[in-house]
Amino acid sequence: MFFLVIKRILLGLITLFIVSLITFAGVEVLPGDACTTYLERQAFGQALEACYDRLGLNVPAYERYISWAWGVLQWDFGYSLSGEMKINEVLGPKVKNSLVLASASILIGIPIALLLGIITALWRDRLPDIIISTVTIFSMTIPEFISATLLILIVAIWLEWLPGIVIVPTEASISELLPNIILPVIAISMIMTAHMARMVRSSVIQVMASDYVQMAILKGVPYWKMVFRHVLPNALLPAINVVALTIAWLLGGVVVTEVVFNYPGLGRLVIESISNRDLPVVQALAIILASIYVGINLIADLATLMLNPRLKSLQIKK
Amino acid sequence: MKTTVQKINNLTIGFQSQKGEQISILKNISTSINQGETVGIVGESGSGKSTLALAMMGYVKHGLFTISGECIFHSNNLLEMKNKELENIRGRKIAMIPQNAGQSLTPNLKIGYQIDEALKLHTDLKQTERDEKISELLNKVRLPSPETMAQRYPHELSGGQQQRVAVAMALAGSPEILLLDEPTTGLDVTTQAHVLELLNLIAKDSGTSMVYVSHDLGAIAQVSDRVIVMYSGEIVLDGPVRSILKNPIHPYTFGLLKSIPKLSLPGLPNSMSGSQPQPGSIKKGCSFYERCEFADDDCKVNSPSLEFIKDLNTSVRCFKHNELLNLTKIESQNVKSIENKVLKNEILDLSSVSISYAKQKFLDQLLNKINDTNPTVKDINININKGETLALVGESGSGKSTILKSIAGLLKTKDGNIKFEKDKTLSNDLRQRDPSLLRAIQLIFQNPDESLNPNHTVEEIVSQPLRLYFGLKGKELKDKIIEVLDKVRLGEFYLTRYPRQLSGGEKQRVAVARAFAAKPDIILCDEVTSALDVSVQAAVLNLLQELKEDFGTTYIFVSHDLAVVRAISDRVAVLYQGRLCEIGPSNNVYKFPSHPYTEVLLGAVLEPDPDIKPKLVAEDIVEEKPPENGCSFQGRCPRILGDICKNEVPPWQTSENGNSIRCHIKIEDLKNQQTSN
Amino acid sequence: MSNKKEKQKNIFEKIYEVIKTMASKPSGLIGLIILTFHVILAITSPLYVPYDYKAIDPSLMLTPPSSEFWFGTDSLGRDVFTRTILGGRTALTVTFFGSLIALLWGGSLGIFCGLVGGKIDDVVMRIIDAFLSIPWILAMLLIVSLLGTTTLVLIPALGFFYGKGIVRVARAATHDVIAKDFIVSARARGHSNMSIIWNEILPNVRDAIMVEGAMRWSWMLLGFSSLSFLGFGVSPPTPDWGLMISNARGLMSFAYWAVLAPIFGLSSLIIGINLTADAFAKALGIDRSTKAPV
Repeated sequence: MFFLVIKRILLGLITLFIVSLITFAGVEVLPGDACTTYLERQAFGQALEACYDRLGLNVPAYERYISWAWGVLQWDFGYSLSGEMKINEVLGPKVKNSLVLASASILIGIPIALLLGIITALWRDRLPDIIISTVTIFSMTIPEFISATLLILIVAIWLEWLPGIVIVPTEASISELLPNIILPVIAISMIMTAHMARMVRSSVIQVMASDYVQMAILKGVPYWKMVFRHVLPNALLPAINVVALTIAWLLGGVVVTEVVFNYPGLGRLVIESISNRDLPVVQALAIILASIYVGINLIADLATLMLNPRLKSLQIKK
Repeated sequence: MKTTVQKINNLTIGFQSQKGEQISILKNISTSINQGETVGIVGESGSGKSTLALAMMGYVKHGLFTISGECIFHSNNLLEMKNKELENIRGRKIAMIPQNAGQSLTPNLKIGYQIDEALKLHTDLKQTERDEKISELLNKVRLPSPETMAQRYPHELSGGQQQRVAVAMALAGSPEILLLDEPTTGLDVTTQAHVLELLNLIAKDSGTSMVYVSHDLGAIAQVSDRVIVMYSGEIVLDGPVRSILKNPIHPYTFGLLKSIPKLSLPGLPNSMSGSQPQPGSIKKGCSFYERCEFADDDCKVNSPSLEFIKDLNTSVRCFKHNELLNLTKIESQNVKSIENKVLKNEILDLSSVSISYAKQKFLDQLLNKINDTNPTVKDINININKGETLALVGESGSGKSTILKSIAGLLKTKDGNIKFEKDKTLSNDLRQRDPSLLRAIQLIFQNPDESLNPNHTVEEIVSQPLRLYFGLKGKELKDKIIEVLDKVRLGEFYLTRYPRQLSGGEKQRVAVARAFAAKPDIILCDEVTSALDVSVQAAVLNLLQELKEDFGTTYIFVSHDLAVVRAISDRVAVLYQGRLCEIGPSNNVYKFPSHPYTEVLLGAVLEPDPDIKPKLVAEDIVEEKPPENGCSFQGRCPRILGDICKNEVPPWQTSENGNSIRCHIKIEDLKNQQTSN
Repeated sequence: MSNKKEKQKNIFEKIYEVIKTMASKPSGLIGLIILTFHVILAITSPLYVPYDYKAIDPSLMLTPPSSEFWFGTDSLGRDVFTRTILGGRTALTVTFFGSLIALLWGGSLGIFCGLVGGKIDDVVMRIIDAFLSIPWILAMLLIVSLLGTTTLVLIPALGFFYGKGIVRVARAATHDVIAKDFIVSARARGHSNMSIIWNEILPNVRDAIMVEGAMRWSWMLLGFSSLSFLGFGVSPPTPDWGLMISNARGLMSFAYWAVLAPIFGLSSLIIGINLTADAFAKALGIDRSTKAPV
């Protein structure tokens, strides 16, 4: 058991290592380097030299990788190309804002998804299921930028209930952010919630058809007791990992949604840094987002390990 | 006169087909269960027996619904009761012991909790009393150390233990009726006999009525007072166990009993043609018409009704039961004895073969060395003559399939040699084998659903060896395919069918055709009849025997079913934990089993005859690994001598009958001990 | 060879059967109709569009819908109806070929990994996992910004990123199949590896891979339109729904039609593909609701 946990953590770290290699190599392999890309037509002579110097591009690639990776481990991503700003100073508050948005979406999305998934499974092929399943198919398929745009059009412009565009500074506190994130949270969690609800539904249906649930019914276990003791623990366990993958997908949605709502998070930084071809920032973003992804999956893996009696018993035997 | 506890009246259960037709799975079932009585319901898969058992608890599976009829329990119709009311009957008044206990115990809950749940629901006991009761129940089903057992999760128990837990759970509510749905299917022979014995004890002890559902006439014969035979959703025969099994007056039961291989009768049983019709495919006439030897035109148009025969105290659904009444006894002359032309010509020789599943360490891998002092299969010495049928028998984990795989080249041997036709060494690696050697050895698998590619037509399946080994093409190929299919009695119109459009027996015929298309010298048969229905099994065995006689093929036949092995084999090798225990001519091994394990194994076989009871000699312990030293059977041996069995590998000795055994006890002494018991 | 012809006939029969099953449920039928409609529109629309899609006319800026301009005009005075019915062409082509590429490389690598197993499989899956953990949008944006937004860049890039998920599915399906006895049987007969892959494995993993490909198509469309919404997809003035929404968004408080028309176009296409993929999966007997969109 302990060994398994260590193994998962190691695998996560290896994944992150490969990600860092990929992002680093990706930038290296693509035509041009950070300076020529950034300076475009002015990429010659002194300007280029100065840029090379500043980024330390005139040393061999592997040395640059090592020093970069060492910096990353200490939350130091070097300097951005555009300004003389240290990247971590720019990133800090934006990471926080994005995390607020993402966690709010997750915290709201997961319970709703569980509820919808369980309802649709238990009332399978009956009216509640048909209605909810149809709605989830629609909300699952519509891209975030469309739902976000529609939300702004309907709720903010036509009904005038909530602000459509976020106009708070990056350093705003959470309480200042709150009224502004309602619409973005809805837009982000729509796809994720619909996906998770469908997964929970099919998982519950599968367990409901199992021999042990039939046995519980034949044992005379009352319906709701059966659902909570015999069905849900077994149905939700395999769903944890898939939910984690869905959450990871949500990171992409966050970027788009933040742009639509003008939200001061990582999303806008992504677009800006890419438009400005600010590769050091892009690298930093890639490694941060990948860490979040790996972290979420690791938590899901560990949770499954802790909750699964089959794996728990490994501990007893050893 | 005994009181009736449950009564079923004209019960019809069915489903709605995609075309909107109502198709019945159960048709007009009427019967009753008396107090203290054990009723066996027997039928093949798809006969509706499990649906009937579930209906007796007021449970109808998702997708099915009650079309008409009722299930009366204490003057209430279970099928019309609300779920709330049923919760007070299920588990308390009527309890179920499911087919596959491993899948019927909730995986995330401890054994103790699951029994406690039943107690909480159906008794008024307090927590401490319940804890005591749990231990008592686990004791009653003879599970070791109940306290620790209660703390275990279902997956930590063996199949036999899981089944015992299911029995304990069912007994928790002290029910009036116990329903058992194939409770021993999938268990090893010895475990099965032990569980049945336990059930018999409980029935006698508590006086509960039992309904025992099974496809296995052997098990039914051991437990039931009364037997109901089902075919295609109908009751075709209903009466006392002896009259049903000794005087079967329905053609289906008559044929079925003739087609079951029995230990007491060597030789191949008669086969029954055809297979059970799909639900809804029979619109009029008797549902058994297509397969019946006694049928006439009347049977084709009119459906017989259930008729009570007073003399036998039996109800039967057949117009011709009088004819059968005179035929009654199933005589031994119905059995075809087999005589294979065995040439004294060695075709395959296994000498001190060991096979290991142990994972190789990296360094050993480099040195191409397998380091395992205790391999799964060890020290196998067998030689097989041309034209012979050698059977490998043993319970799960005995290594019988493992040996087959290594002969086929699918598993590497650790030590020893396998030689083909004396001089050709069968290389460990399939890729290094000569095409002619590959052709010479063909495999037939247990489950044709898995061994036939679901995306290929019968034509493509059979064409593969023909193209690979003989390079046939075009018309020549097609003609050959038709010829091979004809050999297994499948007509030309099967060519374009996919496996899913065939019945189980037909699928296995295709698999046989594919093996024979290669014109092999040796065919390895891995449990080839285990996945088939009883009535189809005999037909496949007969086909294999005929083909063998035509082509002079050698069979190595692996099976856990000792009666099937007796029917088809010339020689039998008994394996325990990957080690040979006994080998010899089948007749001798079955008549004079010498090795203690053979004795245990044969004693546990259930015969479809209520007067032949199994002999339970050893405990049914499950061993996960063979012992490091000494005799492989030391852990369970009822005749264990002491340290010598634990430390020294027993020597081979041969009896005057020709069986060789591996045991520290002298053969003569073993024989004396057996007779003195 | 007669055998081959028969096989082809069989395949057509099977396709017909599958489509028939798909259309037998209302949701599948609706999906098929929407998808067919969009495909026909994409192929034939240039023949009958009422206006030139790039004709700018400042005097007609933001005209509301009328009988002359059915969906009104945009901020540059271009006809929204014209641009909407043309707006799916690039998206459909790019994502269709992108899914094909994803299907091909993802499928082959997946089958390969499932087949060889062991260390190679471990290493490849680790790398795939690493790629999966970089948010698709970041990776796509990076590639597109460095290599440009031509279709020749977009198709392989999308194909690559959406193929990762197919690798997993193909690998799992192959793993399931190679344990089956009919593969063991073919190996024991001594068929070559290629023959086993082609005759035994492929027919049995094909369905799962194709369903996965159909699903990727709808997600790829979602990804592609997000890209062009962010300004990294199709370059103006080529009409594209994502771009149209992005351009008209700022003015939607007084010209909602310019936003709603492309939203309707894009949503209906995605829903159509999704319903079709769902019905396709059901017709082939595969449950796709347990899959996460990665």
